[in-house]
Amino acid sequence: MRQFSYSRAETVSDAVAALASNPEAQLLAGGTNLVDLMKYNVTRPGAIVDINRLPLKEIEDLPNGGLRIGALASNSAVAYDPRVQERYPLLSSAVLAGASAQLRNAATTGGNILQRTRCYYFYDPSTPCNKREPGSGCGAIGGVNRIQAILGASDKCIAVHPSDMCVALAALDAVVEVEGPDGKRDIPFTEFHRLPGDRPESDNTMARGEMVTAIRLEGNHFASHYTYLKLRDRLSYAFALVSVAAAMEVSSDGAIVDLRVALGGVAHKPWRDKLAEAEFAGQPANEETFRQVARRLLAGAKGQGENDFKIPLAERSIIRALKQAASGRPQDQSVKAIQ
Amino acid sequence: MLNSSKVVGLPLSRIDGPLKVTGRAKYAAEHFGPGMLQGYVLFSTIATGRIAEIDTSEAERFPGVVKVYTHENRPPAAKKDEQWKDEVAVPGHPFRPLENDRVLYDGQPIALVVADSFEAARDATSIIRVRYEAGEPHTDLKREQDNSYVPPVPRDKQMAPPPPRGNPEGAFAQAPHQISATYSLEGEYHNPMELFGTTVIFGQDGELTIYDKSQGSQNSHDTVCKIFGLDPEKVVAHNEFVGGAFGSGLRPKYQLFFAVMASLDMKRSVKVEMSRREMFYLTWRPTSIQNLSLAADAEGRLQSVMHHAMHATSQYEDYQENVANWSGLLYKCDNVKITYEITKLDVSTPGDMRAPGAATGVTALETAMDELAYEVGLDPVELRIRNFIHRDQNQDKEITSKALHACYREGAARFGWSERVMQPRSMRDGNDLVGWGMATGVWEAQLSPAEARVRLSSDGKVVVSAAASDIGTGTYTILGQIGADAFDLPLHAVSVKIGQSTLPKTAVQGGSWTAASSGSAVQVASRMVIATLLRHAQKMENSPLAKATEEQVEVADGRLVLEANHQVGVAISDIMDAAGVTFIEENGKVEPDPSIQKKFSAYTHSGVFVEVKVDEELCRPRVTRVVIAVAAGKILNPKTARSQILGGVVMGLGMALYEEGLADHRIGRIMNPNIAEYHVPAHADVEDIEVIFIEEDDDKASPIGVKGLGEIGIVGVAAAVSNAIFHATGSRIRSFPITLDKILADNLLESETVQ
Ligand SMILES: Cc1cc2nc3c(=O)[nH]c(=O)nc-3n(C[C@H](O)[C@H](O)[C@H](O)COP(=O)(O)OP(=O)(O)OC[C@H]3O[C@@H](n4cnc5c(N)ncnc54)[C@H](O)[C@@H]3O)c2cc1C
Ligand code: SF4
Repeated sequence: MRQFSYSRAETVSDAVAALASNPEAQLLAGGTNLVDLMKYNVTRPGAIVDINRLPLKEIEDLPNGGLRIGALASNSAVAYDPRVQERYPLLSSAVLAGASAQLRNAATTGGNILQRTRCYYFYDPSTPCNKREPGSGCGAIGGVNRIQAILGASDKCIAVHPSDMCVALAALDAVVEVEGPDGKRDIPFTEFHRLPGDRPESDNTMARGEMVTAIRLEGNHFASHYTYLKLRDRLSYAFALVSVAAAMEVSSDGAIVDLRVALGGVAHKPWRDKLAEAEFAGQPANEETFRQVARRLLAGAKGQGENDFKIPLAERSIIRALKQAASGRPQDQSVKAIQ
Repeated sequence: MLNSSKVVGLPLSRIDGPLKVTGRAKYAAEHFGPGMLQGYVLFSTIATGRIAEIDTSEAERFPGVVKVYTHENRPPAAKKDEQWKDEVAVPGHPFRPLENDRVLYDGQPIALVVADSFEAARDATSIIRVRYEAGEPHTDLKREQDNSYVPPVPRDKQMAPPPPRGNPEGAFAQAPHQISATYSLEGEYHNPMELFGTTVIFGQDGELTIYDKSQGSQNSHDTVCKIFGLDPEKVVAHNEFVGGAFGSGLRPKYQLFFAVMASLDMKRSVKVEMSRREMFYLTWRPTSIQNLSLAADAEGRLQSVMHHAMHATSQYEDYQENVANWSGLLYKCDNVKITYEITKLDVSTPGDMRAPGAATGVTALETAMDELAYEVGLDPVELRIRNFIHRDQNQDKEITSKALHACYREGAARFGWSERVMQPRSMRDGNDLVGWGMATGVWEAQLSPAEARVRLSSDGKVVVSAAASDIGTGTYTILGQIGADAFDLPLHAVSVKIGQSTLPKTAVQGGSWTAASSGSAVQVASRMVIATLLRHAQKMENSPLAKATEEQVEVADGRLVLEANHQVGVAISDIMDAAGVTFIEENGKVEPDPSIQKKFSAYTHSGVFVEVKVDEELCRPRVTRVVIAVAAGKILNPKTARSQILGGVVMGLGMALYEEGLADHRIGRIMNPNIAEYHVPAHADVEDIEVIFIEEDDDKASPIGVKGLGEIGIVGVAAAVSNAIFHATGSRIRSFPITLDKILADNLLESETVQ
């Protein structure tokens, strides 16, 4: 860990100004990811801007029945907010599938979205990593790649985005509110994170000096047909090997009206394929359809060797998740059996 | 044997518990000296080669840095391997930090920065520039296995395989039932809560007070005295509190060397603490590959056992553990061949980790026994009962006690084993396939030479002391209990002093021998105090005990009395007054009795029963129930004993399903060196574990009938889990840990296989 300056922002514009004026500045929210990265010498901010005093902790009702979740609302506050539980239970469930109770208490909504990959090479500065050090190469390709991507990877980077919460937000078509030197703007959630392509160093589409102020949820709640299913190497406190946020609306005669499937643990961003989803409108909500959905979503999947298993695992997980969602019996995160 | 037991045998809480839970128990790195400096270590980032250049100039200028040590300026230390060998060293050349420019493994310490704060020392290590000439690393055991060899110098006699007996190949070929398979276990890494750390307080006359995280203060003391040529009288080493060790602290670690080196060099107090990451560069349970062939007759009686075990070691030492001998011991078989080899890799020397050897070898043996049970078509418990033997065929000795039948019986009854349907994939619960598996566990019951001091004061209070350690095992409490019963006192009237090199000699705490050894020594010393009391009492006028012998007296209610008639006796305070003393103190000693050792060997045993549930489609396993029945002689304290077994079982679950150092063999490095990514069982992974003790009366295993419990809890657990997974799914997974991808791979439909 190197020496750095520390300041506390009192207003959003303070924080934005501090970020915009110093390319070495980074925001500190819960610190559960940033501090680790600093200890491992992965990131060496010259200045830390503590945003914990900003008035961004609230979860507000929106006139259309939606919710605006402040960037500093903790993961626990989001998961246990009765409005979130009632209107967007998929989000609550996904948050509870992540990390541990202690981490969720400290972690914030903004920090969760902006957490960096858990790729082992990214964390080890003595290995090449294009994300950490552009142009240095990718240690994970041909290396320990059991946890890496099967979709949307490039020959520069095969890392995955580790968040659970974001998978639900992608499925729910959330909107990210950001504020920067040029003012405020909205970014649709599915356009917030990016695929690695030739620039794996950038995880998302925010411009320099911008910060996240809130997440907005407005669309369909999918409160009756949803699930979040996470497969991991132990029952708690482990990142997803594969996770599925599934939601659907089903007509009275059992046909799919609206289908959402977002995948975690498989790509550099929460993976959604809206075109593919749309193809299944009108199809019967049954296992055969779900199998086709899974095949369609994974059509371009490619393993790296150690992680080849993620392809059949993802296929089976999608089918199971869609069955859970269709039946109206979502995975209960406190139940250990896969329902 | 322990005679009257009022306190021994009670499920008492640890006497050191309040200190620990209130933060008053100080661990090695929690001590401070005036003007103390802090050290931080820089590690190599290549696995083999040499340091061509190391530039510390920038680090030396870093604010707060006092000195940077590398191989270019390290103060002199001992020259001979013998002087570097600690009490439990293994054959080979012990690692000498900063000895020269050679790099022998990834993560080898190559510099020590000493600064006025931990942060400054740590920050400065990141600006040391190193240029390497790197060689090609060899760290993949599978690829190097052809280079395996029989260790030329055995670590100790017990570990060499017994000579072959009978005609194992011939018997195998002729038997109607045969199985033959290869089992592999990934390397496991120690992660006790407390990290390694050493604080050295530099005294005014140059004497050193050392607080070291270790499983033996005397081992730490003696080793640094040898390495630095110190006057043993001027060095005291402490390990009063140890936050878990499990074998990782048996051999002194490099931070002890560094702290003492820097302290002597600068004549200042110095502390060196390790980081979590360093736990992956230390003592580890070596990666292993084992081949087992078993054959049985039509009734399931073993006709042939052939076990070949091979595991990794470092380039500089031949680490050895008893992996395979259990296969010639646990069951009756007249045709046995056991072979054992090790393979050099560019890694740090592996070391003892809870039940070293047995945890590895019995996992293979007991999985193979399950395979044989299915081959023969016999219930797995029944197969084991048919092959029961009350004799150590390896050494051709009697066994002191082996209540293994009772372990099977009680364990199976509590578990409900009789409800089991033999056929795999025949039991389910919703989406889960349910599997029940079992295994036998075995570990040796050892007695090591030990001394203890017992002091009885005229006010009736007792102090028990020994250089023993309490690495979380409950040593404080059980030694107190033995002392309490010897003098008919409540536990709180006995104080226990352990964890200091100046106290009576004790071996490192390992091998599950502490309770038996130090416990017996306390018992012996207590009897000696009572004998001295008796001699004093007999000098008193009209002594009612004038004719009594040592064997006839005991202490009851503050008086020395005739065992047969408590009315006859004298108050302890009166005896001491008459003798003109305020206390009586004796040193007791135990060592193995050669006459017993010649005829008998002693082991602990267990029967482990496990239930798993595996999602049929998604193949995710979880352990939902464990029942373990343990026969380990006398149980001194059922509460601390149970905790030992629970901990062992949980570690066994880690071996079965979770723990794995993920190595990138291109660079020879473990890529998941932290406890977020190196998975041990989380709370959610641990459900009901029921521990049953089958008490054995055994006066030969140790003078107090204790056999020890530190290791037996882990042995067999991984096999029971793998057997349960087979029973649930029909998939026999022979590579540990059994992660879901391995089960999935065995259950893929043709349409799902990846090209
Ligand atoms: C052991 C472990 C296990 C975990 N397991 C899981 C898991 O299973 N699933 C899961 O989803 N997560 C998991 N996490 C990750 C955890 O969710 C994240 O660390 C956490 O959400 C980050 O939030 P934070 O507020 O602490 O962020 P910080 O660490 O404070 O910040 C993270 C990054 O976001 C930036 N940042 C923070 N707030 C803003 C903002 N408002 N605008 C712009 N940039 C911002 C920071 O500058 C920094 O770069 C785990 C973490 C650990 C340590
Ligand atoms: S996968 Fe991406 S994050 Fe990992 S080493 Fe390669 S470039 Fe770095």
